[in-house]
Amino acid sequence: MNVLKLIYKNLFRHSLRSVLTILGVAVAVLAFGLLRTVVTAWSYGVEASSADRLVTRHAVSFIFPLPVAYRDQIAGIPGVTRVTYANWFQGIYKDQSFENFFPRLAVDAETIFEVYKEYEVPADQLAAFKKQRNSCVIGRKLAEQHGFKIGDVIPITGDIFPGRWEFTVAGVYAGKDKTADETQLFFHWDYLNERSRETAPWVTDQVGWYIVQIGQPNEAANISAAIDALYANSAAKTKSETEKAFQQSFVSLSGAIITSLEVISYVIIGIILMVLANTIIMSARERIREYAVLRTLGFTAFHVIGLIIGESLFISMSGGALGLALTFPVSSWFGAQFPTIFPVFAVQPSTVVLAALFALAVGLIAASFPAARSARMRIVDGLRQIG
Amino acid sequence: MSTLVEVQNVTKVYRRDTMEIPVLQNISLAVPEGEFLALMGPSGSGKTTLLNLISGIDQPTSGSIIVAGTDIAKLNETALAKWRSNHVGFVFQFYNLMPVMTAFENVELPLLLTNLSKKERKERVEAVLRVVGLEDRMDHYPKQLSGGQQQRVAIARAIVTDPTLIIGDEPTGDLDRKSAEEILILLGRLNKEFKKTIIMVTHDPHAAESAHKVQHLDKGELRQD
Repeated sequence: MNVLKLIYKNLFRHSLRSVLTILGVAVAVLAFGLLRTVVTAWSYGVEASSADRLVTRHAVSFIFPLPVAYRDQIAGIPGVTRVTYANWFQGIYKDQSFENFFPRLAVDAETIFEVYKEYEVPADQLAAFKKQRNSCVIGRKLAEQHGFKIGDVIPITGDIFPGRWEFTVAGVYAGKDKTADETQLFFHWDYLNERSRETAPWVTDQVGWYIVQIGQPNEAANISAAIDALYANSAAKTKSETEKAFQQSFVSLSGAIITSLEVISYVIIGIILMVLANTIIMSARERIREYAVLRTLGFTAFHVIGLIIGESLFISMSGGALGLALTFPVSSWFGAQFPTIFPVFAVQPSTVVLAALFALAVGLIAASFPAARSARMRIVDGLRQIG
Repeated sequence: MSTLVEVQNVTKVYRRDTMEIPVLQNISLAVPEGEFLALMGPSGSGKTTLLNLISGIDQPTSGSIIVAGTDIAKLNETALAKWRSNHVGFVFQFYNLMPVMTAFENVELPLLLTNLSKKERKERVEAVLRVVGLEDRMDHYPKQLSGGQQQRVAIARAIVTDPTLIIGDEPTGDLDRKSAEEILILLGRLNKEFKKTIIMVTHDPHAAESAHKVQHLDKGELRQD
C-alpha cells in the first residue's frame, strides 16, 4: 500500500464518474488539439516560406497582372539569382465542390522547379513536362486524392480563362518535407498565353506575380526596394516583399476566423476546468471525514492536499494523454478530407506542449479550492461530517 | 506508577461567529501509566472535547496537557500530527475505516508515516491482526465485515504503531451487545496483557465496568466522585 495506490483506489470508488470525467477531459483536449491544428494549418504557407524568395505583385492588388516583360529586368537587379512567374488559372474540375478544388497555376516550366526546390520531380518526368506544351505536373497528394496517374488527361473548364482545357499528367512532384504543399497543378504558362491570344487577347503576355530568388536573404529589403523602384513610374507599379510576408497577408485576411477558433479552443479548456473542478469538489466533500481520520492518524494537511491534487492530476493527465493520442489520427483523418483546403495539416509540437500544459494546469487549478478547504478544516469539524 | 497524562487547568471555549461557547472549565486530571479510564457524562458535558484535547486533535483555549512528558498544548499543527502518529491510537464509534482499502491496508495506514520497510510493515500488520483475531480476514474490505469485525480492524489500526495511549470515543456505541462485549474484552486484554493506557468515552455503564476508573463530566467540569 502506498499513497499512489490510495489515490488510484479513491479515484475508482465511483468508477463511472471518474471514467466519464477522464473521457470528458480527453474530448476537450482532442477538440483543443484539432482547433489548434486548424489554426496552425492556416499559417502553413507562412511557415513553409523560403527566406531566399521574394514575391513581386501589382502594387494595387494581387488580382491585377504584371507584364511578362518585367522578368528580364528583374533578373538584372544585383542580388537576384533567378526569376520565375505564375498565373492563378482557377477553372473548374468536375464541379465547384471542396472535394474538386485544388490550386491550378500556369507557370514558367523552365524555371519553376529550380526556384521551388522543395517540390521534387523525377528528372525524366520533368523533361517530359518541359517538352509537352499541354502537359502538367501535379502534387503527390492531389494524385492520390483523385487517382491521377502519368498519362491521364485532366479536363478543366476555364472561367477566368474561358474554354475547355485538358492537361496531360507528365509528372508528379513530392514535397521535400511535410511543410510542402502537394496539392497543386502546374502547367505551361506558354500554353495559357498561346490560347489566350485567340480567346482572351486582353490577358496575353501578363503574369499574376513573380517569384524572385535572391542570393542573400538579408538583402531582401534592399532588393525588394530596387525592384519596386524600377516600376515606380509605370502603369503597373509593383510591390515586392518576402515570400513570408506575402503568405502572411493571406493569413491576415482570415484573421477574425483564426482568432475565433483560438478563443473557442481556450473556452473549451475553461469548460473542462469547470467540469473537473466540480468532480473534485464533489469527491472531496464526500471524503471530509476520511481526510479528518487520516489527520488523526498523523497525516498532515499537506498529505491531504497531495491526495486531492493527485486525484485531480490523475484525471486531467490521463484524459489529456488520451485526448492527445486521439488528436493525431483524428487530425490525420480531418486533413485527408480537405487536402486542398489544408494542404499541410499536421499536429505541431507546440500544440502537443500546449495541450499537455493545459491538462496539467486544469488538474492543479481544479483541485486548488477543495484542497485548500480540506486543509483548513479542523479535524474535529471533519470528524463530525457525515460522509 | 508514573503519570502518563496530566491535564492542568484546561479550558476550552468554542467560537461560533460572535458567540463564545464554553465547553470545558478549568479541568485538571491525571491518568497514570497503564490505567484504563472511562469518561462518562450526559450529552454536551464536554467528554469528547476532553478526549480530543488529550489526543491532540484539538487544542485548549488555556491550560496545559502533558502526555509522556510533552506539553502538547504548545505544539504546532505539524508537530502535533507527528506526535499523534507516534503516541496515540484512535478507536472511533463508527470505526472510520477507509472503504476502498482492505483490512490489511487500513491497518497499514499509520505505518506509512514510519521508516519501516514493506516487509516490516507486513509483519507488524499481520501480528496485530492476529491479536484482534482477524488474520483470516485481512484481504476483506470493510463492507465485507460485520460491525464488530470492523471495530476490531480499527483497534488493530490503533495499536499497530505501538502507541503510548489508546483513545476510544464510544468504541461500542454502534455495536450489538455481543460485539460490544468482544470489543471490551479486547480492550481489557490490551490494557492487562500489553499494558496499554486507555482513555475511553462511553455512555454505557456496562462498558465503563471494564475500566479501572470512571470519571464523570457535567457541564464542562469534572465531578469529584
